[in-house]
Amino acid sequence: MTTSNPRRAERSNAKSRLWLAAGIMAVATTCRAPDREPPPSGEPGQVTGELGGGILVSAAASLTDAFDDLATAFEASHRGVDVVLNLAGSSALREQILDGAPVDVFASADHANMDRVVESGAVSGGPWIFARNRLQIAVPRGNPSGVTGLSDLADSGRLIGLCAAAVPCGDFARRSLAKAGVTAALDTDEPDVRALLTKIELGELDAGITYVTDVLSAEGRVAGIEIPESENVVIDYPIARLAAAPNAEAASAFISFVRSEEGRVILERLGFVAP
Amino acid sequence: MKPAPRFRGRRPVRRPPGLLLALGGLGLALFIVPFVGLLARTPWSDLPRLLSGEVATSALRLSLIASISSTGVALVLGVPLAWLLARVDFPGRALLRALVILPLVLPPVVGGAALLFAVGRRGLLGGPLEQATGLILPFSLGGVILATTFVSMPFLVITVEGALRSMDRRYEDAAATLGAGRWTVLRRVTLPLIAPSLAAGLLLTWARAFGEFGATVTFAGNLQGRTQTLPLAIFVALESDRDTAVAISLLMVVVSLLVLVTLRERWWKAL
Repeated sequence: MTTSNPRRAERSNAKSRLWLAAGIMAVATTCRAPDREPPPSGEPGQVTGELGGGILVSAAASLTDAFDDLATAFEASHRGVDVVLNLAGSSALREQILDGAPVDVFASADHANMDRVVESGAVSGGPWIFARNRLQIAVPRGNPSGVTGLSDLADSGRLIGLCAAAVPCGDFARRSLAKAGVTAALDTDEPDVRALLTKIELGELDAGITYVTDVLSAEGRVAGIEIPESENVVIDYPIARLAAAPNAEAASAFISFVRSEEGRVILERLGFVAP
Repeated sequence: MKPAPRFRGRRPVRRPPGLLLALGGLGLALFIVPFVGLLARTPWSDLPRLLSGEVATSALRLSLIASISSTGVALVLGVPLAWLLARVDFPGRALLRALVILPLVLPPVVGGAALLFAVGRRGLLGGPLEQATGLILPFSLGGVILATTFVSMPFLVITVEGALRSMDRRYEDAAATLGAGRWTVLRRVTLPLIAPSLAAGLLLTWARAFGEFGATVTFAGNLQGRTQTLPLAIFVALESDRDTAVAISLLMVVVSLLVLVTLRERWWKAL
């Protein structure tokens, strides 16, 4: 073919535009949260009637077990609703929300991160405190290096880890150490509390500071050493519905459930304290 | 005077097909748009202050030490391994090849965890190692280098192995016929022949090591000045101090581009 046929060229141009559009649509479709479609209508939600669809709940990493249980219980009593959990450090979740992630509910492990979200105008309901937590020293099972209190964390002969200062568990741990007047001989700043706990479980770290609930959820794989009241801190967990919530109704129902008697029982079973 | 066409039937330069242009352009946008985003978020006026801070300078130092060291280790261990895989026929070679490439496809976190189980303090070899030498790899610079080497060395091995397998072995045979010993053949014939691939492999290895995050944070932890490389510093800063995170990200992009562009111009043309 030496001379190009203008009509043919036009057609192939139109064709390429079509392909481009199809490509963009494919990308756009996969960008949406896959779990957001309403569940199959085979079994309509008899309990609540109108509620349906999915909600995306961003919860602090330290709430992992609690929100797994809460979501399961909520889904059992609200048949049409599918709860999708997005679990990470509160500060990472905050950044996602500030960047416009389509989140319905935010449960933070501290006030600071929740306040930043509130200040940005992204919250439309709450925040409400729904649980409290405390700190403990976590050590590998059997406490091989014989840790007895916060002062042992100053010993450079032990391998000591904390959460990074930017993450709530790291911030609280540093406040607790400051109260006790101890400078930790730190060997690592872990990105979140689960990463810290894993290294303690494996015995790679001799001690770290985590939440009471984390030691409990490790079910014997780590041991907890009490931190006395005078050196401990009280941690509030606030929860809020977001202004950009794609499913505001179900989001409100989920928050009410978390704050209900039934929710409180689930939270207390995992070591949290009622507000 | 117009230069005459070099050979008959040469096609006139035409516009590339629309479909290729559209898809190729979309592919290019996939690479470029994120960097434009990064540049748009860069706090330009604060950049000197942010980059001269303790966090950025110590992380850059550690990143350079770790990536160059692991490239060195990969050179010393990876080239012999590639030679064995390419030249020695033994049962289970296909499986070994797959094992060597595994770190390329495995999530780096898995690699880091596997290293903990093997050479962590309570690991298979780590316990005896600590008892014998007092050496603890996790939470140390040595641990960072081990983790980055684990993740990046496969690039060197597959590049060099591929070159060794596809090269024309008659040159080696000819040299041997002319009386060159095996070592001389390797040094004077084989290595010069695969030099472009070796250079490309080293470059890819360095680049992968420079950007390593998952295996490092899992195995070696994260402590500023000891184990916190640039990617770790970015990850931590993203949550607390976004300007610093963006500044360090830009630093990584610039250093990587500089190395890739200059070295590729010099060495990589052959590929």
